[in-house]
Amino acid sequence: MSIDKKYIRNFCIIAHIDHGKSTLADRIIEKTGLLTEREMQSQVLDNMDLERERGITIKSQAVRIVYNARDGHEYIFNLIDTPGHVDFNYEVSRSLAACDGAILVVDAAQGVEAQTLANVYLALDHDLDVIPVINKIDLPSADPKRVIDEIEDVIGIEAENAPQISAKTGLNVEDVLEAIVNDLPAPTGENNNPLQALIFDSIYDPYKGVIVFIRVKEGMVRPGDPIRMMASKAEFDVVEVGYFGAGQFVPCDELTAGMVGYVTASIKNVSDTRVGDTVTNRDNPCNEPLPGYKKVNPMVYCGLYPADGAKYPDLRDALEKLQLNDAALQYEPETSIALGFGFRCGFLGLLHLEIIQERLEREYNLDLVTTAPSVVYRVHKTDGEMIELTNPSNLPDPSEIDYMEEPVVAAEIMVTSDYIGAIMNLCQERRGEYISMEYMEETRALLKYTLPLNEIIYDFFDALKSRSRGYASFDYEMKGYVKSNLVKLDILINKEPVDALSFIVFEGTAYERGRKMCEKLKGEIPRHLFEIPIQAAIGNKVIARETVKAVRKDVLAKCYGGDISRKKKLLEKQKEGKKRMRQVGNVDIPQSAFMSVLKLDEN
Amino acid sequence: MRTNLDNSNKEIELYIHIPFCVKKCNYCDFLSFAPDTFTNDLLTKEMYVNALCSELEFKSRIYGNNTVTSIFIGGGTPSSLATSLIVRIMDSVHSFFKVAIDAEITIECNPGTVDFEALSIYKSLGINRLSFGLQSTDNNELKLLGRIHDYRSFVNSIEATLKAGFDNYNVDIMYGLPGQNISILHKTLSDVTRFSPKHLSVYSLIIEEGTPFYEKYNDDYIIQCQGKITSFLPKESELCEMTDFVKAFLKGRGYNQYEISNYAKNGYECRHNIGYWKRAEYIGIGLGAASLYDNVRYKNITDIDKFIKNWSMSNPISEYESKESLSDDEAMAEFMILGLRMNEGVSADEFHNIFGRSLGDVYKENIHELIQQGLIVNEGGRIRPTSNGLELQNIIAGKFI
Repeated sequence: MSIDKKYIRNFCIIAHIDHGKSTLADRIIEKTGLLTEREMQSQVLDNMDLERERGITIKSQAVRIVYNARDGHEYIFNLIDTPGHVDFNYEVSRSLAACDGAILVVDAAQGVEAQTLANVYLALDHDLDVIPVINKIDLPSADPKRVIDEIEDVIGIEAENAPQISAKTGLNVEDVLEAIVNDLPAPTGENNNPLQALIFDSIYDPYKGVIVFIRVKEGMVRPGDPIRMMASKAEFDVVEVGYFGAGQFVPCDELTAGMVGYVTASIKNVSDTRVGDTVTNRDNPCNEPLPGYKKVNPMVYCGLYPADGAKYPDLRDALEKLQLNDAALQYEPETSIALGFGFRCGFLGLLHLEIIQERLEREYNLDLVTTAPSVVYRVHKTDGEMIELTNPSNLPDPSEIDYMEEPVVAAEIMVTSDYIGAIMNLCQERRGEYISMEYMEETRALLKYTLPLNEIIYDFFDALKSRSRGYASFDYEMKGYVKSNLVKLDILINKEPVDALSFIVFEGTAYERGRKMCEKLKGEIPRHLFEIPIQAAIGNKVIARETVKAVRKDVLAKCYGGDISRKKKLLEKQKEGKKRMRQVGNVDIPQSAFMSVLKLDEN
Repeated sequence: MRTNLDNSNKEIELYIHIPFCVKKCNYCDFLSFAPDTFTNDLLTKEMYVNALCSELEFKSRIYGNNTVTSIFIGGGTPSSLATSLIVRIMDSVHSFFKVAIDAEITIECNPGTVDFEALSIYKSLGINRLSFGLQSTDNNELKLLGRIHDYRSFVNSIEATLKAGFDNYNVDIMYGLPGQNISILHKTLSDVTRFSPKHLSVYSLIIEEGTPFYEKYNDDYIIQCQGKITSFLPKESELCEMTDFVKAFLKGRGYNQYEISNYAKNGYECRHNIGYWKRAEYIGIGLGAASLYDNVRYKNITDIDKFIKNWSMSNPISEYESKESLSDDEAMAEFMILGLRMNEGVSADEFHNIFGRSLGDVYKENIHELIQQGLIVNEGGRIRPTSNGLELQNIIAGKFI
């Protein structure tokens, strides 16, 4: 039995972070009666612990629901949730490609934000019909009229009749469901055409192998069909097809043109099913693949090392498993003199890095030492060769370097007028190049800057939030590379360079950074029997220095009543702590020292 | 391995714990109850001493064949017990254990809690050494520490001590106190050495968890341990100066330092404490008391009601809070860690006699490293801590753990 396409709606919800996307998704699922209220765990679509805790969506999720519309027909909704954070733009983009329309959620108090714009443009790029929804109208500060004007003026889409809802209380959510039926298009495509389906995500299941999430554009797919991935050329026989129930995979007989669902085919390797690839029938292939996604390249690299060197194989296994579900994560083995064996890992951004780090620590019980994140620099050597540098330690000798380039981003910052000055200052400090400023309305402006990526990967978000008291939002995209005056800053502890602490920095800020690093490290390195100089150096030139004084007294004065067990435990604990430190030369450096230099701007 | 019990005749020490005091001091984390807790009343004390006697009897059946070479009655403040109770304890000891004729028998006293009469009775019981918890002769410091006595009551107690015929007594002194400087410490040391006590224990203050001092000074203490600028406690460098001062001052008065915190006139080193550092075998009697016997460390339970109940039954129950059998490696490590607290350090021959292995082989690298670091020296068949090493004992100990 196949479903008539005209009763299918494939859509996603897009929004600025915190505007209520996931809450609306929950409410839609609840209202359509697919779940009872009791089954309804808050935010059904965010199913990783981490996602629920942080209130953000990391992986895209899909769910199929059935809606009995006011016109008397039963509609199938495929709701595809998309991540909200700028780091995960690639996920957004591939999810959008599986949809025919998008619901744009705008907070009735906050109005249009930088990511609202970014996401709308992304949706329009994919030819999606966008229907706006004004959320949080139950808030005392809600001003739907103003927000409607803003949507029309700034984004340029009709918003007069936009549903005004409260996803939290469920108010007017039916209006959204009816708008989906009436204002979003049904999918197109012919069941009789050769199979042409888009992979928009995949996850690894230990029993079924890779579960490939697809949107069927043309044709149909059934269990037993021979399929081919057009880019990777991998071929498989389909074992199972199905759709996305609430939190579970529901097998069905076939997926036809216009449907969203999944395919399993005993696929062992996630790299065979690259997101963006087109699935077709081996024996009856389509003429050409669907327009794919751009390959995503990591923007931020850092070294990940197990705190306990013996856990290196565990870390490797964990990264392997994480990569099965996260094609954007890249890693390769590296060694550090200070930290031993570890991996140089590439991430989409700092949030992605943090999430991977947290998942490794929580889900795989690993204790990690992370080195300072670095962007990818281009080093042009005098012999004409160009190196993409992901690890500062690999920087060639200065005499071999002709010039270096660093990545820059086009940044858009939306900020209320009170804080424009503060934010412009911040951008200035971060070597930003001013492009333009447009007033969205009287009290809010959109600032455009070109910023070096390495200036925003550390703590730019935090600085932005604190300097605008939370009234600024930020979005960016890669713009390219520009020539820059960069140097490698080395840290020497007791005259020994510590490779894991080296980083590339803009020459003009090297002194300041070096000084802060030394100060920070002084507080982290325990005293030894001898004095330990901590130096920051560029080449042979020392630009900052601190000293950790020698320890003079470390003694348990009293050993009372012959009860030495307690003292022994104390000493054992100290010993345990020391074992977890890294030795560089004859200095023990605690893990926290490596981490502390990541947060230099804390006051 | 040595054979266990009954027929063995070894030298052992007895430690007897009295968990009562007149007032809990601000720095003290020892197991002791002040009168403001409901476990310090005459009846409880009476029942506790009954329990002690019952424990002595019970343990004498296990360890009674050995010869007791030293007894230490500690606390708390043992002298806060009625003299009649001390009499009962000592009577039990003598009736259940063989006590060597020249045994060192010490009782801890608080200045102001003993008079001539009590001290005379102690003397008649065979007690031949007193230990006074003086801490300071500066009345402001004594108040800060929460001590019950003042300098005057200490002077009275010492006069009574001499009158009762004790020539061997110890005085505890504390330094590194909040607000202290060298001149206050100098005053305390001059005041005390005027009486020429045979023994001095001079401790630097340790801030222990669960004490009023912990609440008040622990943040400062951490800063001190990091060598940074403190607000109340002396800076680490000042503390080191004080340590050097104590050593020099006492040396000039004829006291030899024989352990990190202990100084004595020739021949008056505390045999009981040396026993702990040389891993003599000792039996702890009383609440929370620790024992070491046949390379097993025991610790008695610390719940006083349960303790009294256990030992008051017609079939008493001997219950430990912990019992740890030491492996050879652990015993060797203890030998080094404890032995290197003493100025004379450890003897390679003694090590060989006890463990049947060569000290130089077992700890070759550890010793080499510590010599390199200037913390110990290897001379004449002994490994000794340097004066620097004495102050960095935790680092030495860390090498053997």
